[in-house]
Amino acid sequence: MARPEKASIFQRVEGLPIIVVFIVILLLFMYLAPEVFLRPFQYTTFLSTLPPVMLLAIGLTFIIGAGEIDLSFPAVIGFSGFVLAIIFKEGQDWIVSATETPEGGFLASPLAAELIRWGGVVVALLAGVLIGFINGVLVAKIGIPSFIATLGTQFFWYGMATVLSGGKSYALRGAEDSTVWRTLVGRPLSSSSVDWMQRLPIQSLWTALIIVFMWFVLNRHRFGEHALFIGDSNPVSRVVGIDVEREKIKLFTMMGFLAAIAAIFQTMEVKNYFGNQGQGYLLIAIASVLIGGTSIFGGRATIIGTVFGCFIIAIVEPGLVATGLTGAWVNTVRGLIFLISIIFYLHIDQPHRRGALFARLTGGRASGGGGPADNQAESAAPSRR
Amino acid sequence: MSQAAGVQVVDRSFQNIVRLEGVQKFFGPVRALYDIDLAIGRNEIVGLIGDNGAGKSTLIKIMTGVLPPSSGRIFVRDSELSLADYSVRMAHELSIETVYQDRSLADKQPLWRNFFVGRQITNRFGFINVRKEKGIAHQILKESFGFRGAGITVDSTVANLSGGERQGIAIGRAMHYKADLIVLDEPTAALGVAEVRKVLDFVRMIKTSGRACVYIEHNLAHIHEVADRMIVVDRGRIVSEVRPKDMSVADLTEYLVQLQKQT
Repeated sequence: MARPEKASIFQRVEGLPIIVVFIVILLLFMYLAPEVFLRPFQYTTFLSTLPPVMLLAIGLTFIIGAGEIDLSFPAVIGFSGFVLAIIFKEGQDWIVSATETPEGGFLASPLAAELIRWGGVVVALLAGVLIGFINGVLVAKIGIPSFIATLGTQFFWYGMATVLSGGKSYALRGAEDSTVWRTLVGRPLSSSSVDWMQRLPIQSLWTALIIVFMWFVLNRHRFGEHALFIGDSNPVSRVVGIDVEREKIKLFTMMGFLAAIAAIFQTMEVKNYFGNQGQGYLLIAIASVLIGGTSIFGGRATIIGTVFGCFIIAIVEPGLVATGLTGAWVNTVRGLIFLISIIFYLHIDQPHRRGALFARLTGGRASGGGGPADNQAESAAPSRR
Repeated sequence: MSQAAGVQVVDRSFQNIVRLEGVQKFFGPVRALYDIDLAIGRNEIVGLIGDNGAGKSTLIKIMTGVLPPSSGRIFVRDSELSLADYSVRMAHELSIETVYQDRSLADKQPLWRNFFVGRQITNRFGFINVRKEKGIAHQILKESFGFRGAGITVDSTVANLSGGERQGIAIGRAMHYKADLIVLDEPTAALGVAEVRKVLDFVRMIKTSGRACVYIEHNLAHIHEVADRMIVVDRGRIVSEVRPKDMSVADLTEYLVQLQKQT
C-alpha cells in the first residue's frame, strides 16, 4: 500500500495546482481577448501595480503560516506613506527654518534635499517596523488574539495618519527628478527603442529579489521553520525549544517592515499620498495568500503559491473587462475562485479526502491526478514495504 | 548561583543526573506542587505515578525547563542551575530530552524538520543545511526500531504516521541527541499492544545503555515491569516511593485507589 503523501505530484512541486490554474485562466483570456493579453502593455502595467500587493501577501504568508492574522497592514500603507510623503515634500523646509540655515548653506543645498528624502524613506520603514513590533507585543506578550489586536491597531494608525496630516493629501510633484524615485520606482530602460521596455518599472525587480529572499527565509531559514512549527502547534513549538513569543514578535515586525516597503513603492509610484490609501489591499492580499495554498489553520505556507495567487486576483479584472463583461463581475469571479480553491486545499490537506477527490475528478481511478510520476510512485511503493 | 549555567558538562562522575530541592509551583493562587525533593540517579528508571492532576506533568515540565518553578533549587549533574536561565534549549544542551505523548512532533511538518527543529544545523546566517539534516534524519530512521523499509521517508509528514511510529520517531530523536536523561510522558497512551512492547523494550534499552529515564505512565502494569522505583505523587506532593519487588501490581492499584479516597 502506498503512503498517500508520496503518490501526489501536487505535494512535490510547490504551488503546482495554482500555477496550472493561473496558466489556464491566462490562456483563456489570451484566447478571448488577444488584443489585450497578447500585447506587452497589460503586463508592464501589472509590473507597476502588483509589487505593493505582492509584498503584503508575502509577509502575510508568514503570518498566516504561523497561525496568526494581520489586519493592520493597510494602515501601514497609510501611515508609512504619510510619513514618507510629508518628509519628502516638506522635510527640507522644516529643517532649514528650524536651524535658520542661510540661503547658501549646506542644509539648503540640493544634495541635502536628496539626503533628507532618503531619510524620509528610512523613517517610513522605521514607522512600519514600529507598528509591526507593537502588533507583535500585543499578540505575543499581552495575549490579545491577533485578529482583534490588529483590527485595533489598524484603526489607530489610520487615525494617526489622518490627525497628523489634517486630512490633507500630498501630491509629490516633480518626484521623478529625485534619486529616491529613480532608484525605487524608476524606469531604468526609458531610453530604450522598444516601447514596452521603456515602461518596465524597477520596483518589480526589487520586489522579485525580496520574494526570492523570502522564499529562502521561509523554506531554508531557522526563522521560517519556527513560523511553520508555531502555526502547526504552539505547545509542540514550546517543548522543542522555540521561543514562541519572541518569534511572533519578529513575525509581526517583519510584516510591518514589508508593508512599509509596499507603502513606499505605492506612494512613490502614484506620486501622491491620500488619506485612505491602502484600504483596498486588505482582502485582496489575504485572498491571494489563501488561493495560493497557505493553510488558514497555519503550519503550511507557500511563497510560490502566494505569488501566483496574486497573479490570479490581479488578472481577473482586466481579463473580464477585456472579454466584454462589465467590471461589476470582477469581485463575483474573485469570490468564486477563492471559494473553489479553499475547498480544493481542504481536501488536499487531509489524505483520506484527497484520495476521494482525485477518484471523483478522474472518474474512479484512485489518486490518478498526478500523471505518470504519480503512477510510478504508486507501483514502486509495494516493493519497498 | 549560576556555576552550571550553559556549561556543557562532560563529567561522568556525578551522582544524580537531576535533583530537585524544595521545588514549589503556583499557577496564580493555585498551588500545583508542594516542597518537592526528588533525585534521579545516573542510571535508573524512575516511574512517576498518581492520579490525573496530581502534578506529575508539572513536575517534569519543571525538570525539563518548560516551566520555571515558583521557588526551589534544581541541580543537574550535582551542580546548581540558575533558574532564570533554565529553558528547554538549555536542558537540551545538558543532554536532557523529553518525549511527550502528543506534543513532541508537529503534524504538518516533514520528519526531517521535526528531528532538528530547535537546534537546526545552520550556517552562521541561520540558513539550514537541508542536505545534511535530511542525511542524518535518514540515518536515524534506518536505525530506529520498526522503520526499516516501512515506506516512510524523511519527507513524510508526521500526520501520516501511526501513534507507535510517532513515539518511535520522538524516541529515536532523543537517542540521537545522546541524552543522559530521557523523560517519557505517557509514551504508550493510545498505542496498540505490539507497539507498547516496542516502547517498553526501548525503556529497558535506556537503562542498559547507561542512561537515566523518568517515566510517567497511567498503566501500572507497564511501569511496574520496567521501573527501578516508582514515585507516587498525590495532590502536588510526593507521598511515597515504591520498589516493584516490594509490591505487586494489584497491591499498587489498591494502594492508589485508597489514596484517592483520603481527603
